[in-house]
Amino acid sequence: MEILLAVTVGLLYASGMYMILRRSLVKLIIGLILLGNGANLLIFILGRISKGKPPIIPETEKFFIDAYADPVPQALILTAIVISFGLQSFAIVLIKRAYKVVGTDDLDEMNTTDEEI
Amino acid sequence: MTQHLILLPIVNQLLVAVLLMFFYGKVKTQRVLSVAGSVLNLIIAGLVLQRVASHGFLTLQAGNWQAPFGITFIADHFAALMVLLTAISGLAVSFFSTKTIHVKRVKFGFFPIFHFLLSGLNGAFLTGDIFNLYVWFEVMIISSFVLLTLGARKQQLEGAVKYFTLNLLASVIFLTAIGVLYGITGTLNMADLALKVPQVENRGLVHVTAILFFIGFGIKSAVFPLYFWLPASYHTPPAAVSAIFGGLLTKVGVYALVRMFTLIFTDDLFLQRMILGVAVMTIFSGALGALVKNDMRKIFSYLIICHIGFMIGGLGMMTETALVGAVFYLIHDIVVKTNLFMVAGMVKKVTGKQDTRVMGGLYSTHPLIALLAAVPLFSLVGFPPLSGFWPKLELFRAALTDGFYTTFAFLLFGSFITLFVVAKMWKRVFWGEIITPLKQGFTLFDDETPQRKLMFLLPIVFLACVSLYIGLGANHVWQLSQTIAGELMDPQPYIEAVFETLNSAEYEN
Repeated sequence: MEILLAVTVGLLYASGMYMILRRSLVKLIIGLILLGNGANLLIFILGRISKGKPPIIPETEKFFIDAYADPVPQALILTAIVISFGLQSFAIVLIKRAYKVVGTDDLDEMNTTDEEI
Repeated sequence: MTQHLILLPIVNQLLVAVLLMFFYGKVKTQRVLSVAGSVLNLIIAGLVLQRVASHGFLTLQAGNWQAPFGITFIADHFAALMVLLTAISGLAVSFFSTKTIHVKRVKFGFFPIFHFLLSGLNGAFLTGDIFNLYVWFEVMIISSFVLLTLGARKQQLEGAVKYFTLNLLASVIFLTAIGVLYGITGTLNMADLALKVPQVENRGLVHVTAILFFIGFGIKSAVFPLYFWLPASYHTPPAAVSAIFGGLLTKVGVYALVRMFTLIFTDDLFLQRMILGVAVMTIFSGALGALVKNDMRKIFSYLIICHIGFMIGGLGMMTETALVGAVFYLIHDIVVKTNLFMVAGMVKKVTGKQDTRVMGGLYSTHPLIALLAAVPLFSLVGFPPLSGFWPKLELFRAALTDGFYTTFAFLLFGSFITLFVVAKMWKRVFWGEIITPLKQGFTLFDDETPQRKLMFLLPIVFLACVSLYIGLGANHVWQLSQTIAGELMDPQPYIEAVFETLNSAEYEN
């Protein structure tokens, strides 16, 4: 399972990077979304995957006696998902507006900011 | 109860922002509230620094979860000082916005977003937890996206696409680095990381993580190969927005870099060499960029990059003297860069133009504005009694005493080009023939009422006074920088403060 997830993370990062390097605005956003998902999945794997070991201390004990599933990465991913959701919705509105105002979705044509006045 | 003082700078800005949203369409109320909130924040920030100076570090464990498990907030001298500088710049820009930000932008929620941005900045300075730092960075960048695009002119949107993409990429890299660091150490608390990272056996993985952090924060603080978003976007929004961006946003990146590389990834020759190499290239490319540009705000944008190199260079040398220089430079730079972008806005208001080639004669038509502009411009160059002189002296001293001769050469080169660029700008804008202002759809400075004129100038006067204090009262600032550098070189008290909070809280009860 871990190998499958690791390969998926690698694929997500690679395809995200590839998409960011394209000239189209829409592909740029898709690339950023893929990269974000790759990062979330990476945190998930790095929290060590274990099956059927809830992080609950038995009533008779005072501390953990066995290995347990780490709940922190899941909290981190949840936060990161919410944040990236907000950023992505902003991004989509931004590219729609930029497309309307500039009249192109080709990044190579969006260079008035670098021109001299 | 006193421990809760540390949360006040964040909570205050957040409350002001929320309160402002209740007055959504009411322009006048928003302006008054924003300035009042900023004044209150300045007082709170002063109290925090005073308390840290008199009683030692302030720490707070959120929800009373003991150190490595919960989220820690900690204010050492460095964090408290940065909060104070944020408050100073925030007050000046908030006041400047009341007169320079167009009513339409205010009606679209400029002020609430501005205070969310400041809240995020304060959070980033005060947190002691690395994932929490990520969250505050996100609060900050989403606010900065909105401020940058508010108004939606063509230029702004094009700049925003670049700014957005690279900052989002930086966030993803930062998040990846956090994930890997958690995977190898199992903790997110910065003090705990400082203890656990040196014990990790797989040094290769630690190096990779450190470099991921360096790239993530490097994009945000605009270092050498990663700065292209900055000159593409900082000249597009209104002057007040560029002022707060230019003054503070890149500096948070520098703050985070200093924290990471003095607390967590320490004593590593490879990393130090890499940081130094990046620093000299940053100085070089920023200086050359500033040489060829003619738009006033573009020149300042490149000068930001050049001077980021100074601070990163101080970090790269990693001696106490160098850190004193870097911290002192950071203090000077925040105030001066905020002021310079406001001056650029002011010059545009007077002349109606941005291109320095078609300006002239401001010195004879508006001597007072010329005098005001002289303070930050000469401070930037490092004219002896002014604020830029002392940190540069300290950095040069550090480079020479420890044999960093290449760095010394580049520091000198950067200073020299800054002098040249500022002299060229002074000649073009303030000397020369008087050129009639261009009418461009806004009321020119000369047509304003005297009361409004005064309101435009007040924030610039305020920051000029702060900058004069940093220069003339350099002794105080130098002592403070010395304390900060001492704390950065020896993180032991920081770590102890984080882990002893609970005991001291029990003691107080």
